[in-house]
Amino acid sequence: MKETSGGIGTAMLRKEDPKLLTGENKFVDDIHVNGELWMGMVRCTSAHAKIVSIDTSGAEAMPGVHSVYTGKQLADMELWAAPLPCAWPVTEDMLNPPHWPVAVDTARHVGEIVAVVLADSRYQAADAVEHVVVEYDYQKAVASIAAARDSDDKAHLELDTNKAFHWELIPDPDALAAAFENPAHHVIADFTQQRLIPAAMEPRGVLAVPSPMGGEITLYSATQVPHILKVMIAATTGLPEQKLRIIAPSVGGGFGAKLNVNPDEILAVTLANRLGRAVRWTETRTEAAGSTHQGRGQLQHIEIAADENGKIQGVRAHLDADMGAYMMLITPGVPLLGSFLYTGVYDVPAFGFSCDGYFTNLTPTDAYRGAGRPEASYAIERAIDILAGKVGIGPDEIRRRNYINGGELFEDHEAASTLIFDSGHYAPNLDKALEIAKYEELKAEQARRRESGAGKQLGIGMCTYVEICGLAPSRALGGLNYGAGGWEHATVRMLPTGKVEVVSGSTPHGQGHETAWSQIIATKMGVSSDDVTVLHSDTALSPLGLDTYGSRSLAVGGVAISMAAEKVIEKAKLIAAHQFEASPDDLEFVDGSFSVKGTPAKSVHIQELGFAAFTAHDLPDGMEPNLQEQVSFDPPNFAFPFGTHVAVVEIDEVTGGVELIDYIAVDDCGVQVNPMIVEGQLHGGIVQGAAQALWEIAIYDDDGNPTNPSFMDYLVPSAAEVPFMKTDYTVTPSTSNPLGVKGAGEAGTIGSAAAVMNAVVDALSPYGVEDMDMPATPRRVWKAMQGGAS
Amino acid sequence: MIPAAFDYKVAESAEHAVQLLTEYGDESKLLAGGHSLIPMMKFRLATPTVLIDVGRLSDMRYIRRDGGQISIGAMTRHEQLENSDVLAEACPLLKHVASLVGDPSVRHRGTLGGTMAHADAASDLPAAVLALGGTIVATGPNGTREIAASEFFSGYFESVLAPDEMITEIKVPADTGGWSYQKFNRRAQDWAIVGVAVADGGSGISLVNMGSTPLRASATESALRGGAAAVDAALMAAEGTSPPEDHNADAEYRTHLAQALTARALAEAGAS
Ligand SMILES: Cc1cc2nc3c(=O)[nH]c(=O)nc-3n(C[C@H](O)[C@H](O)[C@H](O)COP(=O)(O)OP(=O)(O)OC[C@H]3O[C@@H](n4cnc5c(N)ncnc54)[C@H](O)[C@@H]3O)c2cc1C
Repeated sequence: MKETSGGIGTAMLRKEDPKLLTGENKFVDDIHVNGELWMGMVRCTSAHAKIVSIDTSGAEAMPGVHSVYTGKQLADMELWAAPLPCAWPVTEDMLNPPHWPVAVDTARHVGEIVAVVLADSRYQAADAVEHVVVEYDYQKAVASIAAARDSDDKAHLELDTNKAFHWELIPDPDALAAAFENPAHHVIADFTQQRLIPAAMEPRGVLAVPSPMGGEITLYSATQVPHILKVMIAATTGLPEQKLRIIAPSVGGGFGAKLNVNPDEILAVTLANRLGRAVRWTETRTEAAGSTHQGRGQLQHIEIAADENGKIQGVRAHLDADMGAYMMLITPGVPLLGSFLYTGVYDVPAFGFSCDGYFTNLTPTDAYRGAGRPEASYAIERAIDILAGKVGIGPDEIRRRNYINGGELFEDHEAASTLIFDSGHYAPNLDKALEIAKYEELKAEQARRRESGAGKQLGIGMCTYVEICGLAPSRALGGLNYGAGGWEHATVRMLPTGKVEVVSGSTPHGQGHETAWSQIIATKMGVSSDDVTVLHSDTALSPLGLDTYGSRSLAVGGVAISMAAEKVIEKAKLIAAHQFEASPDDLEFVDGSFSVKGTPAKSVHIQELGFAAFTAHDLPDGMEPNLQEQVSFDPPNFAFPFGTHVAVVEIDEVTGGVELIDYIAVDDCGVQVNPMIVEGQLHGGIVQGAAQALWEIAIYDDDGNPTNPSFMDYLVPSAAEVPFMKTDYTVTPSTSNPLGVKGAGEAGTIGSAAAVMNAVVDALSPYGVEDMDMPATPRRVWKAMQGGAS
Repeated sequence: MIPAAFDYKVAESAEHAVQLLTEYGDESKLLAGGHSLIPMMKFRLATPTVLIDVGRLSDMRYIRRDGGQISIGAMTRHEQLENSDVLAEACPLLKHVASLVGDPSVRHRGTLGGTMAHADAASDLPAAVLALGGTIVATGPNGTREIAASEFFSGYFESVLAPDEMITEIKVPADTGGWSYQKFNRRAQDWAIVGVAVADGGSGISLVNMGSTPLRASATESALRGGAAAVDAALMAAEGTSPPEDHNADAEYRTHLAQALTARALAEAGAS
């Protein structure tokens, strides 16, 4: 018998890491072909300007320059069939003015491309960009959501409003109105979700390689979504889809910022096709900060109605959401992804949500780790703390009083938002977190410091979040007007020598799919995870897939892998039965071996059947050769991970400095395939959410100019800024899929911003501070302690 | 983030570097650790056409004690200051300040000469040298001269160094009294929003990021000399300064920080 190792539940090191750590892996920027041309982007330096003229002659005369194209020239060349796509027109009448890869008449945000240089080297392209002279006719810029809503200036001069859409979800308006009629406690709160700049370790980059004779084009892109990109490029450029091949080589993180269809991707493909030469580009960090889409950007209004004991009667929320200058792939859908979560983990009888999407002359927004759910969780979790204050009970007690099913185990709970929560068991999760945090001791220490005036105030904050992952049941997406499905595809094949090849439709960009999928195969098929190879991220190898975002890979893609493995086992069983001259019904499959029930001595391992299926010399009558099966899995429901995060901060009363001194996270992502990967996802996610609370913000001046588009001023925290996190888990299996898995990619981010800000506000409560905008900078905290506005 | 084209020359010695500076004039710049110059070139805020690499002059990396004086070669890296036994004994302030510059990779590249020449009001080490009453030794076509740190910084990223001069050594007094360095920033790797260095039990106090150059907190220093209590003297720390305003702080907050950090620094340095 062969050894089974590295199955589901093993906290094993990732297969991917040796190659990553030794630099063996290739990223887009590492791949080169002969005769490639570098693109250099001439970008608008104003937030809103008509293009009067562009003089490219100086640049054209520079050494190494092949050509320079303006937006107008490119439009005249008819390189594209349609504007850049928005796949999520959230309402029938949503405004969606055309977004061309290169601006034609008017540029609408700083960083929008107005011309493109092609040169032999990256340096020559950068030099030539400086010699393209653009004459602008400057227009008033709409530089904030408030300006878009309240001023007469228009982000798009040809539109008579900045409001792109109004969307609402009010399942029972009468019940909602009744809930807010004279509630004993009425929380009314407004929060700002500042814009964030995604900062993946690897910047974005593209390389398009044409085959001038065959008409094929291969696009290497640092993307999370090669499959979606392929469809979208075909639709946008009119190039035949079967001639396109998209490869996402090693991709160094994405956090949502690499799930778009970007101007550079369309430009590289169409110019390479036109010129018959490879065309490439790698973004600089300045370009990444101002031109790649950003996250968040919402003004939130939330109200809670509760009875005298703090039992919630109703929740209503309204968002004004910043779309930026254009609708990108799922820009308008991001707030909707959060809409269902404004009731949090609570039993809320009446619920209403509405959202207005506004155009501004700022970089477009789109998905960023959590996409709508961190915002929702922030609003309800800050608001419930405020409710606790009004009722005069602790933040733990207010949560207990409102948990779905009283905090006891539930399955398939229909929330007021109409979604069905798959499973939850909230109270024990909270108990565990508070125990690890030593909550009572912390409170005593806080009281001691408040009394003694110790100089450093302690703040304790909690967040009990729930989120939606496993995107998504295709029908549910259809109901939300999304332009694609939510299934995932997988192929599992047993090679002649008994090794296993898995083809994954979901596309990793740092998560560890190769390891996790191998573990699923190891458990299912009874083989060593070392015997499994996972192929992915190349549409020629993996033609079907919907890629990686929305914490969907395991709960949809991993389940598809598991189901395909089961189909392979079923077929192998028929071959084994044939060899044993027994009925398949009499066979059992244990640890990878088939044997006739009751006679375990005589057995055959599934890996030994690969060769029989390959030679096909003696298969059951009518059976096709080879052991290969595929599955497209469309999940029946989303999955709803939850957890309790506790943040402890120390605030220096003299400087206003905030230090995150302890962090406790007890998450429940259902069954864990690789606890070490879960831990890693949580660590990164928690810091990313804490970053919004304490450090990160994309700042624009009144004219729409970014004022901190570099890592000197846009403060991404490092390991030095965060404490050693204490993570633990509860396990409540999902009812949405046979593996019982939920998802862990975004949970950290969804729990942490609210936990940290609740801690900051808690620390400052002796100063009468009830709320504070993110990020809680030392200056803001100091001013608040002085009683001043922030 | 792509620098403009430049030529690259390697200096064989300080004298050779000065020769090359004279030869190429305005268009050239010395390259030491490169951790201030290269970022500026990537943003095209600096576009020298000739870089003269002095970063390989390893005989200019030393920390020596000579009686009451410590001499430090201009190419000594921050990391060497941070781990120096000589400084641990004779000038712990400088050692401690070096340990707070940027992050480990910055400290393994950046040099004391480079940070002095860069003359950034927000930098840590220049303020420490200023508080210590140190001296900058510069070599030019006409030989070597010594410049007191208090005379060295002349404006925003500007010093009295001539374009054809190179810093070769920095000198600070050994065995001075109580000291402290209070650096306030938001992330470990960042420059100070405000920093305060106290040397010699309070007789030298300097401020980081409170004006266009590293500054002495002269009002506080003289109040202390006149017998004022440290807590009162600290309240004068920002007198005569014009603090910059940026995303991290406005003038009011910087003024507050200068006072508060000076009080902390004086207390830690043992001034009463
Ligand atoms: C991420 C990061 C974080 C940082 N954080 C901090 C911080 O917290 N605190 C801090 O103080 N600094 C910080 N720095 C700056 C760092 O300390 C620099 O290395 C230092 O300021 C410059 O030293 P250098 O040797 O790198 O000089 P270079 O960058 O090589 O040169 C800087 C300038 O000085 C000139 N020059 C260099 N050597 C000489 C010489 N011997 N004579 C005359 N002119 C010379 C050069 O021509 C150039 O104009 C940081 C830098 C980075 C990149």
